[in-house]
Amino acid sequence: MTSVDSLAAGPLFGLPLPELWFGLIFTMLATFLFLDGFDFGAGAIFALLETDAERETVLAAIGPFWDGNEVWLVVFGGALFAAFPPAYAGLFSRHYLLMFGILGALILRGLAPEMYEQRHDAPWQRWWGRAFVAGSVLSPFLLGVFAGNWLVGSGRSLTLVGLVVGVTLTLLTVVSGAAFLQLKGRERLPESVTTYGTAATVGYLLAVVVTLAVLAVRLPEGLSALLSPPIIALVVASIGLAAGYVVALRRKQSLFALGAAAVLTYGLVAVVAILMYPAIDPATGATVRGTIVSTLPLNLMTIGASLLLPLVAVYFVVLYSAFSGPISPEEAY
Amino acid sequence: MIDPVIASRLQFAVTTIVHIIFPVMSMGLAPFLIYFTWKDIRTGEPIYEQLRRFWTKIFAISFVVGTVTGIVLEFEFGTNFAAFSTAAGELFGGPLAVEGMMAFMLEATFLGVFVFGRDRVGDKLYFVSSVAVGLGTWLSAVWILIANSWMQTPRGYELATENGQTIVHLVDPMAAYFTPRFTYMFVHMQNAAVESVALFMAGVGAYYVFRHHVWGYPVENPQFWEATLKIGLIALLITAPLQVLHGDMYGRHVAETQPQKFAAMEAVWETESYVPEYIVAVPTSVDGFTDPRAKELFGIGIPGGASWLASGGDPTAEIRGLNSFETEAPPVAIVFWAFRAMVGLGFWFILLAFWGGYRWYKGQLLEDGLLHKALMGSSLLGILAVELGWIVTEVGRQPWVIQGVMRTSEGVSPGLTGTEATITLIGFVGVYTTLLGLYTYVVWRIIRNGPPSRDELRSVQDDTLTSDPGPTPSQPTPEGVDDD
Repeated sequence: MTSVDSLAAGPLFGLPLPELWFGLIFTMLATFLFLDGFDFGAGAIFALLETDAERETVLAAIGPFWDGNEVWLVVFGGALFAAFPPAYAGLFSRHYLLMFGILGALILRGLAPEMYEQRHDAPWQRWWGRAFVAGSVLSPFLLGVFAGNWLVGSGRSLTLVGLVVGVTLTLLTVVSGAAFLQLKGRERLPESVTTYGTAATVGYLLAVVVTLAVLAVRLPEGLSALLSPPIIALVVASIGLAAGYVVALRRKQSLFALGAAAVLTYGLVAVVAILMYPAIDPATGATVRGTIVSTLPLNLMTIGASLLLPLVAVYFVVLYSAFSGPISPEEAY
Repeated sequence: MIDPVIASRLQFAVTTIVHIIFPVMSMGLAPFLIYFTWKDIRTGEPIYEQLRRFWTKIFAISFVVGTVTGIVLEFEFGTNFAAFSTAAGELFGGPLAVEGMMAFMLEATFLGVFVFGRDRVGDKLYFVSSVAVGLGTWLSAVWILIANSWMQTPRGYELATENGQTIVHLVDPMAAYFTPRFTYMFVHMQNAAVESVALFMAGVGAYYVFRHHVWGYPVENPQFWEATLKIGLIALLITAPLQVLHGDMYGRHVAETQPQKFAAMEAVWETESYVPEYIVAVPTSVDGFTDPRAKELFGIGIPGGASWLASGGDPTAEIRGLNSFETEAPPVAIVFWAFRAMVGLGFWFILLAFWGGYRWYKGQLLEDGLLHKALMGSSLLGILAVELGWIVTEVGRQPWVIQGVMRTSEGVSPGLTGTEATITLIGFVGVYTTLLGLYTYVVWRIIRNGPPSRDELRSVQDDTLTSDPGPTPSQPTPEGVDDD
């Protein structure tokens, strides 16, 4: 048997590859929502800051990181396309206008800081500052709308579930953003950042409750799906983490708060994934096993991902350690 | 409302035509930036720090705009070409996923270090980050061109029907992912990117050199602009002849593997031998422009030239005419004229390179105003030639999205309405026009502001520090130095 034949014969080491890839794409999505999430949250808090120096600090804090963070969305899209082509095609084409809304928001968010720094006259910076805030808030909101629609299998772009998940996700990015800004900005940013982080956490928990209530009505198995042990465990853990986050933020243990926000984000995405499984596109009833690519490409991608993702982790360690600690006064954007 | 098939195709065309500018800039700048970083670190000469910092700014804005416009393309396969994505995802999705993990991650993370981290990391890691960013941009091209070349010359697959849908299954990964076409495309594209940036650098440098030496205006950092002009010219001297050389080999490969595209490039309708190559083609009527037919054009033709090109040296070789194919011809006028314009530009760049090289050899590089004007006028033509080349490649393969396997019209999302597609098409035309305007504005400002002046440079401040008897060699990097 040639190596290609053996790769086509059966899943690598007999592993449950479809489920692993289902887990992997949601891990990628969660990584994106946490990492670019704190950039988005920082952009939302940007709107509430009062001085030019504070706003510059926010831009300097996210400057080196955001492009790398955003690539997790590209990797998520690519992995979904490569592993579950019908799910990728179905989801993206069904929510056509919504997808372009997300793209538009991301363009605005990516471009605005570059433009903001081009000129230092007030009207120019006011408008690009607004564009930055709009992009930062709309991106997670529309992504949340998409995730909500995806979960309940809605054919429409505007649904109640979508709206509440959108609000939930946006608040969660502010939770992450506040911890990130406290870590990077220190005394260069006002005390109110802590208040925003605390308020967003309370708002996030309330939004989760509303989301769960809407899902109980909207999901086919309703309440019974939500009362499964893993979901209950995740919700309880989220409440504990949220409390830990607030305490850490108030004690200026920013890194701990940021870690708590990360776990909250992975937890939220895990809830979505658990509720969805074994379907991957509930709108059509398409399942993980029904949409996975055939064995040969799946094995090849598994080998590729297991070689490449550890390298990606190294890149992120290099990047985040090069820019560890609070930003120094001369590191204007 | 525009038909969803037409609107999707137009939208993909608009989003790709705009997007490709930014990867061309970043891929083309990558080798220059690695070189400037290396020289800056090794020699500590102010000129290299100026070159590195100035071109890094242009690289950074190109990269950011390239990122946000690139995500759009990845999403569009799902939004607008869902039927294609479902059918070909098994072959086509893999390279895109690997591109993200292998290439895009590498560039985007090290870009942070490269753009913002000069004072945060040591020389070694800084140099490594310049190489990582450059390598990332080129690896990105590898995977995107692997995906694209498979659509042009598909191999290593099997067709199966599942639930009434035709699905492409991967059977031989080496055959599928390393088609002969890939090599031609990669070499031609990467050389084109470097050539385009070389033209851009030479043009920008020529502008300031012209102002300073021909008009006699005072210009800050004249030696920086002279160096920019010279480096651009050297790169042009290397890349311009190569581009035509492997372009010729690529053309022959197209004639063998995509005869319909080749016939459209030459506007040959009837199968014939001893076909001339019209190097100058002049339409004698509007019809001749919109519906070119090689036989009816007034032009200067090299007898047997097209046959020679197609066969690799035989002027009597037969070229299959467009009428001999079962499928309808691609839009011949676009392919025919785009091909001619691209080839014409390719030869103009060679002429320009030798003209500049000759003047330099004669010691008149800084005084030849006409040369400067020609270089200024050509600064964006490299990018134009890349666009034209991609138009030949992508329009020329129509009506196929996967050559011989799936038509573009069959690949469009089945549920897409004309209204939705028209809304986003109009949206993109508006947003991307603005985006291009803003990008141009930013690059223009960077050029107008010029490189950092000498007293802002690390290298100069280091010199003043070391000439000062006080500090020890372990003195930390002076603070207050800032890249942006």
